[in-house]
Amino acid sequence: MDSSPLPHDHLQNRVLLKVAGLSVRLGGREILHSVDLTLRRGEIVTVIGPNGGGKTTLLRTVLGLIAPSAGHASITAGATVGFVPQRFPVDRVLPMTVARLMRLTARPDRAAVERALGETGTAHLLDTSIHALSGGEMQRVLVARALVREPDLLVLDEPAQAVDYAGEAAMYELIAAIRDRRGCGVLMVSHDLHVVMAATDRVLCVNGHVCCTGTPHEVSGNAEFRRLFGPKAGAFALYRHHHDHDHDLSGEPVDDAHHHHDHHHHDDGHRHA
Amino acid sequence: MLDDFLLRALAAGVGVALVAGPLGCFVVWRRMAYVGDTMAHASLLGIALGLALGLDLGLGVLLVTVTVALLLAALQGQRLVGTDTLLGILAHGALSIGLVAVAFMETVRLDLMAYLFGDILAVSTRDLLWIWGGGALVLAGLVAIWRPLLAATVDPDLAQAEGASPPWVRVAFALLIAAAIALAMKIVGVLLITALLIIPAAAARRSARSPEGMALGAAAIGVAAVLGGLALSFGADSPSGPSIVVAALTLFVGSLALPARG
Repeated sequence: MDSSPLPHDHLQNRVLLKVAGLSVRLGGREILHSVDLTLRRGEIVTVIGPNGGGKTTLLRTVLGLIAPSAGHASITAGATVGFVPQRFPVDRVLPMTVARLMRLTARPDRAAVERALGETGTAHLLDTSIHALSGGEMQRVLVARALVREPDLLVLDEPAQAVDYAGEAAMYELIAAIRDRRGCGVLMVSHDLHVVMAATDRVLCVNGHVCCTGTPHEVSGNAEFRRLFGPKAGAFALYRHHHDHDHDLSGEPVDDAHHHHDHHHHDDGHRHA
Repeated sequence: MLDDFLLRALAAGVGVALVAGPLGCFVVWRRMAYVGDTMAHASLLGIALGLALGLDLGLGVLLVTVTVALLLAALQGQRLVGTDTLLGILAHGALSIGLVAVAFMETVRLDLMAYLFGDILAVSTRDLLWIWGGGALVLAGLVAIWRPLLAATVDPDLAQAEGASPPWVRVAFALLIAAAIALAMKIVGVLLITALLIIPAAAARRSARSPEGMALGAAAIGVAAVLGGLALSFGADSPSGPSIVVAALTLFVGSLALPARG
Protein backbone atom coordinates (compact mmCIF):
# COMPACT_ATOMS: atom_id res chain seq x y z
CA MET A 1 0.00 0.00 0.00
CA ASP A 2 1.33 3.41 -0.99
CA SER A 3 1.81 5.41 2.16
CA SER A 4 3.58 8.39 0.64
CA PRO A 5 1.99 11.64 1.75
CA LEU A 6 0.65 12.59 -1.66
CA PRO A 7 -0.83 10.20 -4.19
CA HIS A 8 0.57 9.94 -7.69
CA ASP A 9 -0.90 12.34 -10.16
CA HIS A 10 -2.74 9.76 -12.18
CA LEU A 11 -4.60 8.72 -9.05
CA GLN A 12 -5.49 12.23 -8.06
CA ASN A 13 -8.88 12.31 -9.73
CA ARG A 14 -9.69 8.68 -9.35
CA VAL A 15 -13.38 8.06 -8.68
CA LEU A 16 -13.75 6.16 -5.39
CA LEU A 17 -17.50 6.00 -5.06
CA LYS A 18 -20.32 6.16 -7.55
CA VAL A 19 -23.95 6.28 -6.48
CA ALA A 20 -26.47 6.40 -9.32
CA GLY A 21 -30.27 6.44 -9.20
CA LEU A 22 -30.13 4.87 -5.77
CA SER A 23 -33.42 4.05 -4.06
CA VAL A 24 -33.71 2.15 -0.80
CA ARG A 25 -36.87 0.66 0.69
CA LEU A 26 -36.90 -0.55 4.27
CA GLY A 27 -39.97 -2.24 5.74
CA GLY A 28 -42.09 -1.13 2.80
CA ARG A 29 -41.13 2.53 3.19
CA GLU A 30 -39.05 4.31 0.64
CA ILE A 31 -36.21 5.86 2.62
CA LEU A 32 -34.11 7.10 -0.30
CA HIS A 33 -35.15 7.98 -3.81
CA SER A 34 -32.96 8.60 -6.88
CA VAL A 35 -29.78 9.59 -5.10
CA ASP A 36 -26.72 10.37 -7.23
CA LEU A 37 -23.24 10.99 -5.87
CA THR A 38 -19.71 10.73 -7.16
CA LEU A 39 -16.77 10.99 -4.81
CA ARG A 40 -13.15 11.30 -5.94
CA ARG A 41 -9.81 11.05 -4.22
CA GLY A 42 -8.93 13.99 -2.01
CA GLU A 43 -12.54 15.08 -1.70
CA ILE A 44 -14.58 15.54 1.49
CA VAL A 45 -18.30 15.02 0.97
CA THR A 46 -20.60 15.53 3.93
CA VAL A 47 -24.14 14.19 3.98
CA ILE A 48 -26.46 16.31 6.08
CA GLY A 49 -30.19 16.38 6.48
CA PRO A 50 -32.98 16.12 9.01
CA ASN A 51 -33.28 13.10 11.29
CA GLY A 52 -35.08 10.32 9.47
CA GLY A 53 -34.07 11.86 6.15
CA GLY A 54 -31.99 8.83 5.18
CA LYS A 55 -28.41 10.04 5.85
CA THR A 56 -27.37 6.93 7.72
CA THR A 57 -29.28 4.71 5.29
CA LEU A 58 -27.26 6.23 2.44
CA LEU A 59 -24.02 5.57 4.30
CA ARG A 60 -24.99 1.99 5.14
CA THR A 61 -25.99 1.32 1.54
CA VAL A 62 -22.67 2.69 0.29
CA LEU A 63 -20.91 0.35 2.72
CA GLY A 64 -22.87 -2.63 1.42
CA LEU A 65 -24.80 -3.15 4.68
CA ILE A 66 -28.16 -2.48 3.02
CA ALA A 67 -29.17 -3.63 -0.45
CA PRO A 68 -30.60 -0.97 -2.77
CA SER A 69 -34.09 -1.45 -4.17
CA ALA A 70 -33.09 0.38 -7.35
CA GLY A 71 -29.95 1.92 -8.79
CA HIS A 72 -26.57 1.19 -7.30
CA ALA A 73 -23.96 2.43 -4.87
CA SER A 74 -20.54 1.04 -5.59
CA ILE A 75 -17.11 1.63 -4.21
CA THR A 76 -14.45 1.33 -6.90
CA ALA A 77 -13.02 -2.19 -7.00
CA GLY A 78 -9.74 -2.42 -5.17
CA ALA A 79 -10.31 0.71 -3.09
CA THR A 80 -9.72 0.14 0.61
CA VAL A 81 -12.45 1.37 2.94
CA GLY A 82 -11.88 2.59 6.48
CA PHE A 83 -15.11 2.91 8.48
CA VAL A 84 -15.61 4.91 11.67
CA PRO A 85 -18.96 3.87 13.17
CA GLN A 86 -21.12 6.24 15.14
CA ARG A 87 -21.23 3.99 18.18
CA PHE A 88 -18.91 1.19 19.12
CA PRO A 89 -20.46 -0.77 21.97
CA VAL A 90 -18.02 -3.56 22.80
CA ASP A 91 -19.13 -5.80 25.64
CA ARG A 92 -16.82 -5.61 28.64
CA VAL A 93 -16.54 -9.38 28.63
CA LEU A 94 -14.36 -9.06 25.53
CA PRO A 95 -10.90 -7.90 26.64
CA MET A 96 -9.19 -5.64 24.12
CA THR A 97 -6.42 -3.10 24.19
CA VAL A 98 -6.16 -0.21 21.76
CA ALA A 99 -3.15 -1.98 20.20
CA ARG A 100 -5.24 -5.09 19.48
CA LEU A 101 -8.18 -3.05 18.19
CA MET A 102 -5.84 -1.48 15.63
CA ARG A 103 -5.26 -4.96 14.18
CA LEU A 104 -8.94 -5.88 14.03
CA THR A 105 -9.33 -5.77 10.24
CA ALA A 106 -5.74 -5.01 9.18
CA ARG A 107 -2.28 -6.44 9.76
CA PRO A 108 -0.17 -3.34 10.37
CA ASP A 109 3.29 -3.49 11.94
CA ARG A 110 3.90 -1.70 15.21
CA ALA A 111 5.33 1.40 13.52
CA ALA A 112 2.18 1.77 11.38
CA VAL A 113 -0.02 1.42 14.46
CA GLU A 114 1.93 4.10 16.31
CA ARG A 115 1.89 6.36 13.27
CA ALA A 116 -1.91 6.11 12.89
CA LEU A 117 -2.50 6.70 16.60
CA GLY A 118 -0.08 9.62 16.48
CA GLU A 119 -2.09 11.18 13.67
CA THR A 120 -5.14 11.38 15.93
CA GLY A 121 -3.21 12.33 19.06
CA THR A 122 -3.81 9.02 20.82
CA ALA A 123 -0.35 7.37 20.72
CA HIS A 124 -0.24 7.39 24.53
CA LEU A 125 -3.31 5.12 24.63
CA LEU A 126 -1.61 2.20 22.82
CA ASP A 127 -1.68 -0.22 25.75
CA THR A 128 -4.91 1.05 27.32
CA SER A 129 -7.99 -1.15 27.49
CA ILE A 130 -10.68 0.14 25.14
CA HIS A 131 -13.12 -0.19 28.04
CA ALA A 132 -11.22 2.53 29.91
CA LEU A 133 -11.44 5.16 27.13
CA SER A 134 -13.60 8.26 27.31
CA GLY A 135 -16.08 8.92 24.51
CA GLY A 136 -13.78 11.43 22.84
CA GLU A 137 -10.72 9.19 23.16
CA MET A 138 -12.63 6.25 21.72
CA GLN A 139 -13.74 8.34 18.76
CA ARG A 140 -10.16 9.35 17.92
CA VAL A 141 -8.89 5.80 18.42
CA LEU A 142 -11.61 4.62 16.00
CA VAL A 143 -10.40 7.15 13.41
CA ALA A 144 -6.85 5.86 13.90
CA ARG A 145 -8.12 2.30 13.54
CA ALA A 146 -9.64 3.20 10.18
CA LEU A 147 -6.44 5.03 9.13
CA VAL A 148 -4.18 2.07 9.87
CA ARG A 149 -5.87 0.30 6.97
CA GLU A 150 -4.38 2.98 4.70
CA PRO A 151 -7.87 3.62 3.33
CA ASP A 152 -8.56 5.14 -0.07
CA LEU A 153 -12.01 6.04 1.20
CA LEU A 154 -12.63 7.06 4.79
CA VAL A 155 -16.28 6.77 5.84
CA LEU A 156 -17.43 8.34 9.10
CA ASP A 157 -20.88 8.22 10.68
CA GLU A 158 -21.44 11.27 12.91
CA PRO A 159 -17.77 11.41 13.91
CA ALA A 160 -18.24 14.18 16.47
CA GLN A 161 -21.21 12.68 18.27
CA ALA A 162 -19.33 11.79 21.44
CA VAL A 163 -17.32 14.98 21.91
CA ASP A 164 -18.13 18.45 23.20
CA TYR A 165 -18.43 21.52 21.00
CA ALA A 166 -14.73 22.46 21.02
CA GLY A 167 -13.78 18.82 20.47
CA GLU A 168 -16.23 18.73 17.60
CA ALA A 169 -14.42 21.50 15.74
CA ALA A 170 -11.12 19.75 16.45
CA MET A 171 -12.51 16.49 15.07
CA TYR A 172 -13.49 18.07 11.75
CA GLU A 173 -10.14 19.84 11.55
CA LEU A 174 -8.49 16.48 12.12
CA ILE A 175 -10.50 14.93 9.29
CA ALA A 176 -9.57 17.77 6.94
CA ALA A 177 -5.90 17.41 7.94
CA ILE A 178 -6.04 13.65 7.27
CA ARG A 179 -7.41 14.34 3.80
CA ASP A 180 -4.70 16.94 3.15
CA ARG A 181 -1.96 14.59 4.29
CA ARG A 182 -3.16 11.34 2.75
CA GLY A 183 -5.19 12.49 -0.20
CA CYS A 184 -7.91 9.95 0.57
CA GLY A 185 -11.57 10.54 -0.13
CA VAL A 186 -13.84 11.24 2.84
CA LEU A 187 -17.56 10.53 3.08
CA MET A 188 -19.22 11.48 6.33
CA VAL A 189 -22.62 11.94 7.83
CA SER A 190 -23.29 14.79 10.18
CA HIS A 191 -26.27 16.50 11.67
CA ASP A 192 -24.09 19.42 12.58
CA LEU A 193 -24.58 22.21 10.09
CA HIS A 194 -22.21 24.81 11.29
CA VAL A 195 -18.99 23.15 12.29
CA VAL A 196 -18.83 20.47 9.65
CA MET A 197 -19.55 22.61 6.65
CA ALA A 198 -16.43 24.64 7.22
CA ALA A 199 -14.30 21.53 6.68
CA THR A 200 -16.18 20.16 3.69
CA ASP A 201 -15.67 20.44 -0.05
CA ARG A 202 -19.13 19.35 -0.98
CA VAL A 203 -22.37 18.98 0.90
CA LEU A 204 -25.13 16.56 0.01
CA CYS A 205 -28.35 17.53 1.71
CA VAL A 206 -30.54 14.45 1.89
CA ASN A 207 -34.17 14.35 2.87
CA GLY A 208 -35.46 11.19 1.19
CA HIS A 209 -34.05 12.63 -2.01
CA VAL A 210 -31.05 14.87 -2.65
CA CYS A 211 -32.60 18.22 -1.88
CA CYS A 212 -29.46 20.09 -2.86
CA THR A 213 -25.77 19.59 -3.35
CA GLY A 214 -22.75 21.80 -3.89
CA THR A 215 -20.15 23.69 -1.95
CA PRO A 216 -21.18 24.67 1.57
CA HIS A 217 -21.60 28.23 0.32
CA GLU A 218 -23.87 27.23 -2.55
CA VAL A 219 -25.95 24.91 -0.39
CA SER A 220 -26.49 27.48 2.31
CA GLY A 221 -28.08 29.76 -0.27
CA ASN A 222 -30.43 27.05 -1.52
CA ALA A 223 -34.10 27.69 -0.82
CA GLU A 224 -34.98 24.09 0.07
CA PHE A 225 -31.99 23.89 2.37
CA ARG A 226 -33.11 27.04 4.19
CA ARG A 227 -36.63 25.71 4.48
CA LEU A 228 -35.35 22.43 5.99
CA PHE A 229 -32.99 23.95 8.46
CA GLY A 230 -34.59 27.29 9.13
CA PRO A 231 -32.97 30.69 9.37
CA LYS A 232 -29.93 29.29 11.19
CA ALA A 233 -28.94 27.48 8.01
CA GLY A 234 -26.79 30.29 6.70
CA ALA A 235 -24.98 30.85 9.95
CA PHE A 236 -22.25 28.32 9.23
CA ALA A 237 -20.54 30.74 6.93
CA LEU A 238 -19.89 32.98 9.87
CA TYR A 239 -18.60 30.15 12.00
CA ARG A 240 -15.24 30.67 13.60
CA HIS A 241 -13.90 29.74 16.96
CA HIS A 242 -15.76 32.08 19.23
CA HIS A 243 -14.52 30.62 22.48
CA ASP A 244 -11.54 32.31 24.07
CA HIS A 245 -9.22 29.35 24.18
CA ASP A 246 -8.48 26.54 21.83
CA HIS A 247 -8.26 22.83 22.45
CA ASP A 248 -5.77 20.45 21.04
CA LEU A 249 -6.91 16.97 20.17
CA SER A 250 -6.54 15.55 23.61
CA GLY A 251 -8.86 18.23 24.94
CA GLU A 252 -6.10 20.18 26.67
CA PRO A 253 -6.50 23.93 26.38
CA VAL A 254 -3.74 25.40 24.23
CA ASP A 255 -2.17 28.62 25.52
CA ASP A 256 -2.17 31.86 23.56
CA ALA A 257 1.34 31.48 22.20
CA HIS A 258 0.10 28.59 20.08
CA HIS A 259 -3.23 30.05 19.24
CA HIS A 260 -4.32 29.30 15.74
CA HIS A 261 -7.65 30.87 15.16
CA ASP A 262 -6.98 31.45 11.52
CA HIS A 263 -8.30 28.39 9.81
CA HIS A 264 -7.21 29.09 6.29
CA HIS A 265 -8.65 25.94 4.90
CA HIS A 266 -12.00 27.01 6.27
CA ASP A 267 -11.83 30.39 4.70
CA ASP A 268 -14.51 30.86 2.13
CA GLY A 269 -14.19 34.57 1.68
CA HIS A 270 -16.27 35.71 4.62
CA ARG A 271 -14.91 38.05 7.22
CA HIS A 272 -14.40 36.81 10.73
CA ALA A 273 -17.39 37.46 12.91
CA MET B 1 -2.17 -46.13 41.22
CA LEU B 2 -3.30 -44.84 37.85
CA ASP B 3 -5.56 -47.19 35.97
CA ASP B 4 -6.05 -47.19 32.24
CA PHE B 5 -9.60 -45.94 32.52
CA LEU B 6 -8.46 -43.00 34.62
CA LEU B 7 -5.73 -42.12 32.10
CA ARG B 8 -8.28 -42.30 29.31
CA ALA B 9 -10.64 -40.10 31.31
CA LEU B 10 -7.87 -37.57 31.87
CA ALA B 11 -6.86 -37.56 28.22
CA ALA B 12 -10.48 -37.19 27.07
CA GLY B 13 -11.26 -34.44 29.55
CA VAL B 14 -8.13 -32.47 28.72
CA GLY B 15 -8.84 -32.85 24.99
CA VAL B 16 -12.37 -31.53 25.36
CA ALA B 17 -11.29 -28.68 27.65
CA LEU B 18 -8.65 -27.50 25.18
CA VAL B 19 -11.34 -27.17 22.51
CA ALA B 20 -14.17 -25.89 24.70
CA GLY B 21 -12.16 -23.04 26.26
CA PRO B 22 -11.33 -21.01 23.12
CA LEU B 23 -14.65 -21.86 21.46
CA GLY B 24 -16.48 -20.94 24.67
CA CYS B 25 -14.89 -17.48 24.61
CA PHE B 26 -16.79 -16.72 21.41
CA VAL B 27 -19.96 -18.17 22.93
CA VAL B 28 -19.52 -15.71 25.81
CA TRP B 29 -18.49 -12.75 23.65
CA ARG B 30 -21.37 -13.28 21.23
CA ARG B 31 -23.85 -13.97 24.04
CA MET B 32 -24.70 -17.35 22.60
CA ALA B 33 -24.96 -19.43 25.77
CA TYR B 34 -28.53 -20.37 24.87
CA VAL B 35 -27.43 -21.45 21.42
CA GLY B 36 -24.95 -23.88 22.98
CA ASP B 37 -27.68 -25.10 25.31
CA THR B 38 -30.07 -25.62 22.44
CA MET B 39 -27.64 -27.71 20.42
CA ALA B 40 -26.63 -29.67 23.51
CA HIS B 41 -30.19 -30.47 24.52
CA ALA B 42 -31.04 -31.43 20.98
CA SER B 43 -28.13 -33.86 20.92
CA LEU B 44 -30.13 -36.39 22.95
CA LEU B 45 -32.30 -36.65 19.87
CA GLY B 46 -29.10 -37.62 18.07
CA ILE B 47 -28.63 -40.51 20.51
CA ALA B 48 -32.14 -41.73 19.75
CA LEU B 49 -31.51 -41.32 16.03
CA GLY B 50 -28.25 -43.22 16.26
CA LEU B 51 -29.90 -46.06 18.14
CA ALA B 52 -32.86 -46.23 15.78
CA LEU B 53 -30.72 -46.24 12.64
CA GLY B 54 -27.92 -48.32 14.07
CA LEU B 55 -25.42 -45.49 13.56
CA ASP B 56 -22.48 -44.62 15.72
CA LEU B 57 -24.02 -42.53 18.51
CA GLY B 58 -21.40 -39.81 18.13
CA LEU B 59 -22.29 -39.56 14.46
CA GLY B 60 -26.01 -39.40 15.31
CA VAL B 61 -25.35 -36.54 17.72
CA LEU B 62 -23.21 -34.73 15.19
CA LEU B 63 -25.97 -35.03 12.59
CA VAL B 64 -28.53 -33.50 14.93
CA THR B 65 -26.34 -30.69 16.30
CA VAL B 66 -25.24 -29.71 12.81
CA THR B 67 -28.88 -29.71 11.67
CA VAL B 68 -29.88 -27.52 14.61
CA ALA B 69 -26.95 -25.16 13.89
CA LEU B 70 -28.03 -24.75 10.27
CA LEU B 71 -31.69 -24.42 11.29
CA LEU B 72 -30.81 -21.64 13.72
CA ALA B 73 -28.74 -19.83 11.10
CA ALA B 74 -31.64 -20.06 8.65
CA LEU B 75 -34.27 -18.98 11.18
CA GLN B 76 -32.34 -15.99 12.50
CA GLY B 77 -33.94 -13.72 9.91
CA GLN B 78 -37.53 -14.47 10.97
CA ARG B 79 -39.29 -12.03 13.23
CA LEU B 80 -42.34 -13.97 14.37
CA VAL B 81 -40.98 -15.00 17.78
CA GLY B 82 -37.90 -13.72 19.61
CA THR B 83 -34.64 -15.61 19.35
CA ASP B 84 -34.75 -16.67 23.01
CA THR B 85 -38.21 -18.16 22.52
CA LEU B 86 -37.12 -19.91 19.35
CA LEU B 87 -34.08 -21.39 21.11
CA GLY B 88 -36.22 -22.57 24.01
CA ILE B 89 -38.67 -24.26 21.66
CA LEU B 90 -35.89 -26.00 19.74
CA ALA B 91 -33.92 -27.03 22.85
CA HIS B 92 -36.73 -28.45 24.91
CA GLY B 93 -38.65 -29.75 21.93
CA ALA B 94 -35.66 -31.75 20.71
CA LEU B 95 -34.75 -32.89 24.23
CA SER B 96 -38.29 -34.11 24.86
CA ILE B 97 -38.57 -35.91 21.53
CA GLY B 98 -35.23 -37.54 22.32
CA LEU B 99 -36.38 -38.64 25.79
CA VAL B 100 -39.66 -40.00 24.46
CA ALA B 101 -37.94 -41.80 21.59
CA VAL B 102 -35.38 -43.38 23.88
CA ALA B 103 -38.10 -44.52 26.28
CA PHE B 104 -39.83 -46.37 23.43
CA MET B 105 -36.70 -48.32 22.58
CA GLU B 106 -37.28 -51.07 25.10
CA THR B 107 -34.93 -53.43 23.39
CA VAL B 108 -32.01 -51.10 23.92
CA ARG B 109 -30.41 -50.88 27.33
CA LEU B 110 -29.39 -47.26 27.56
CA ASP B 111 -27.85 -45.58 30.53
CA LEU B 112 -29.79 -42.34 30.20
CA MET B 113 -27.98 -40.77 33.14
CA ALA B 114 -24.66 -41.25 31.33
CA TYR B 115 -25.92 -39.19 28.41
CA LEU B 116 -27.55 -36.51 30.53
CA PHE B 117 -24.61 -36.04 32.90
CA GLY B 118 -21.72 -37.70 31.12
CA ASP B 119 -19.60 -40.68 32.04
CA ILE B 120 -16.00 -39.74 31.55
CA LEU B 121 -14.77 -42.81 33.39
CA ALA B 122 -16.30 -45.02 30.70
CA VAL B 123 -14.38 -43.40 27.83
CA SER B 124 -13.03 -45.98 25.39
CA THR B 125 -9.91 -45.76 23.25
CA ARG B 126 -12.20 -45.24 20.28
CA ASP B 127 -13.85 -42.28 22.07
CA LEU B 128 -10.41 -40.86 22.70
CA LEU B 129 -9.58 -41.00 19.01
CA TRP B 130 -12.85 -39.18 18.24
CA ILE B 131 -12.14 -36.50 20.82
CA TRP B 132 -8.52 -35.80 19.92
CA GLY B 133 -8.96 -36.16 16.17
CA GLY B 134 -12.20 -34.21 16.04
CA GLY B 135 -10.94 -31.72 18.60
CA ALA B 136 -7.84 -30.99 16.54
CA LEU B 137 -10.04 -30.37 13.49
CA VAL B 138 -12.36 -28.06 15.43
CA LEU B 139 -9.42 -26.08 16.83
CA ALA B 140 -7.83 -25.83 13.40
CA GLY B 141 -11.14 -24.53 12.05
CA LEU B 142 -11.40 -21.98 14.84
CA VAL B 143 -7.86 -20.75 14.20
CA ALA B 144 -8.65 -20.46 10.49
CA ILE B 145 -11.70 -18.22 11.06
CA TRP B 146 -10.35 -16.48 14.17
CA ARG B 147 -9.69 -13.04 12.70
CA PRO B 148 -12.88 -12.60 10.65
CA LEU B 149 -14.98 -14.11 13.46
CA LEU B 150 -13.44 -11.79 16.04
CA ALA B 151 -13.96 -8.76 13.80
CA ALA B 152 -17.61 -9.73 13.29
CA THR B 153 -18.00 -10.28 17.03
CA VAL B 154 -16.61 -6.86 17.94
CA ASP B 155 -18.73 -5.00 15.37
CA PRO B 156 -20.58 -6.91 12.64
CA ASP B 157 -21.30 -3.79 10.56
CA LEU B 158 -17.72 -2.60 10.68
CA ALA B 159 -16.39 -6.03 9.76
CA GLN B 160 -18.78 -6.32 6.83
CA ALA B 161 -18.21 -2.74 5.64
CA GLU B 162 -14.45 -3.27 5.53
CA GLY B 163 -14.83 -6.65 3.85
CA ALA B 164 -13.24 -8.35 6.85
CA SER B 165 -15.91 -10.93 7.58
CA PRO B 166 -17.77 -12.87 4.91
CA PRO B 167 -21.24 -14.11 6.02
CA TRP B 168 -20.25 -17.78 5.94
CA VAL B 169 -17.93 -17.27 8.90
CA ARG B 170 -20.91 -17.14 11.27
CA VAL B 171 -22.28 -20.40 9.89
CA ALA B 172 -18.83 -22.00 10.11
CA PHE B 173 -18.68 -21.00 13.78
CA ALA B 174 -22.10 -22.56 14.48
CA LEU B 175 -20.88 -25.78 12.86
CA LEU B 176 -17.74 -25.76 15.05
CA ILE B 177 -19.92 -25.46 18.15
CA ALA B 178 -22.09 -28.31 16.88
CA ALA B 179 -19.00 -30.49 16.45
CA ALA B 180 -17.58 -29.52 19.85
CA ILE B 181 -20.86 -30.43 21.54
CA ALA B 182 -20.87 -33.83 19.90
CA LEU B 183 -17.33 -34.34 21.24
CA ALA B 184 -18.01 -33.06 24.74
CA MET B 185 -21.26 -34.93 25.31
CA LYS B 186 -19.53 -38.06 26.55
CA ILE B 187 -17.54 -36.06 29.08
CA VAL B 188 -20.06 -33.87 30.87
CA GLY B 189 -23.33 -34.97 29.34
CA VAL B 190 -26.06 -33.20 27.43
CA LEU B 191 -27.24 -31.02 30.29
CA LEU B 192 -23.83 -29.62 31.28
CA ILE B 193 -21.99 -29.04 28.00
CA THR B 194 -22.71 -25.33 27.97
CA ALA B 195 -21.09 -25.06 31.39
CA LEU B 196 -17.84 -26.42 29.98
CA LEU B 197 -18.02 -23.85 27.19
CA ILE B 198 -18.85 -20.74 29.19
CA ILE B 199 -17.51 -21.18 32.74
CA PRO B 200 -13.79 -21.50 31.88
CA ALA B 201 -14.16 -18.61 29.41
CA ALA B 202 -15.85 -16.42 32.02
CA ALA B 203 -13.23 -17.40 34.60
CA ALA B 204 -10.45 -16.36 32.20
CA ARG B 205 -11.88 -12.88 31.65
CA ARG B 206 -10.44 -11.23 34.75
CA SER B 207 -6.82 -12.00 34.01
CA ALA B 208 -6.99 -11.44 30.25
CA ARG B 209 -5.86 -8.35 28.35
CA SER B 210 -6.57 -9.58 24.84
CA PRO B 211 -9.06 -11.93 23.17
CA GLU B 212 -6.26 -14.38 22.40
CA GLY B 213 -5.07 -14.29 26.02
CA MET B 214 -8.59 -15.02 27.22
CA ALA B 215 -8.85 -18.01 24.85
CA LEU B 216 -5.59 -19.51 26.13
CA GLY B 217 -6.62 -18.81 29.71
CA ALA B 218 -9.99 -20.49 29.15
CA ALA B 219 -8.26 -23.59 27.77
CA ALA B 220 -5.94 -23.71 30.81
CA ILE B 221 -8.76 -23.19 33.29
CA GLY B 222 -10.81 -25.86 31.52
CA VAL B 223 -7.92 -28.33 31.87
CA ALA B 224 -7.59 -27.44 35.56
CA ALA B 225 -11.33 -27.98 36.03
CA VAL B 226 -11.10 -31.41 34.42
CA LEU B 227 -8.18 -32.37 36.68
CA GLY B 228 -9.91 -31.04 39.80
CA GLY B 229 -13.24 -32.57 38.86
CA LEU B 230 -11.74 -35.97 38.16
CA ALA B 231 -9.84 -35.90 41.44
CA LEU B 232 -13.08 -35.09 43.22
CA SER B 233 -14.97 -37.76 41.31
CA PHE B 234 -12.32 -40.41 41.90
CA GLY B 235 -11.73 -39.53 45.54
CA ALA B 236 -15.29 -38.91 46.68
CA ASP B 237 -17.03 -41.18 44.18
CA SER B 238 -19.10 -38.26 42.92
CA PRO B 239 -20.56 -38.18 39.37
CA SER B 240 -17.75 -37.10 37.04
CA GLY B 241 -19.53 -34.60 34.77
CA PRO B 242 -21.07 -32.50 37.56
CA SER B 243 -17.79 -32.72 39.51
CA ILE B 244 -15.92 -31.13 36.60
CA VAL B 245 -18.48 -28.35 36.41
CA VAL B 246 -18.24 -27.79 40.18
CA ALA B 247 -14.46 -27.51 39.83
CA ALA B 248 -14.87 -25.00 36.98
CA LEU B 249 -17.36 -23.02 39.04
CA THR B 250 -14.89 -22.92 41.94
CA LEU B 251 -12.22 -21.54 39.61
CA PHE B 252 -14.67 -18.93 38.30
CA VAL B 253 -15.57 -17.76 41.80
CA GLY B 254 -11.87 -17.66 42.63
CA SER B 255 -11.19 -15.51 39.55
CA LEU B 256 -13.57 -12.88 40.86
CA ALA B 257 -11.06 -12.17 43.62
CA LEU B 258 -8.44 -11.18 41.03
CA PRO B 259 -8.10 -7.54 40.05
CA ALA B 260 -9.54 -6.83 36.60
CA ARG B 261 -6.80 -6.23 34.03
CA GLY B 262 -8.76 -4.32 31.44
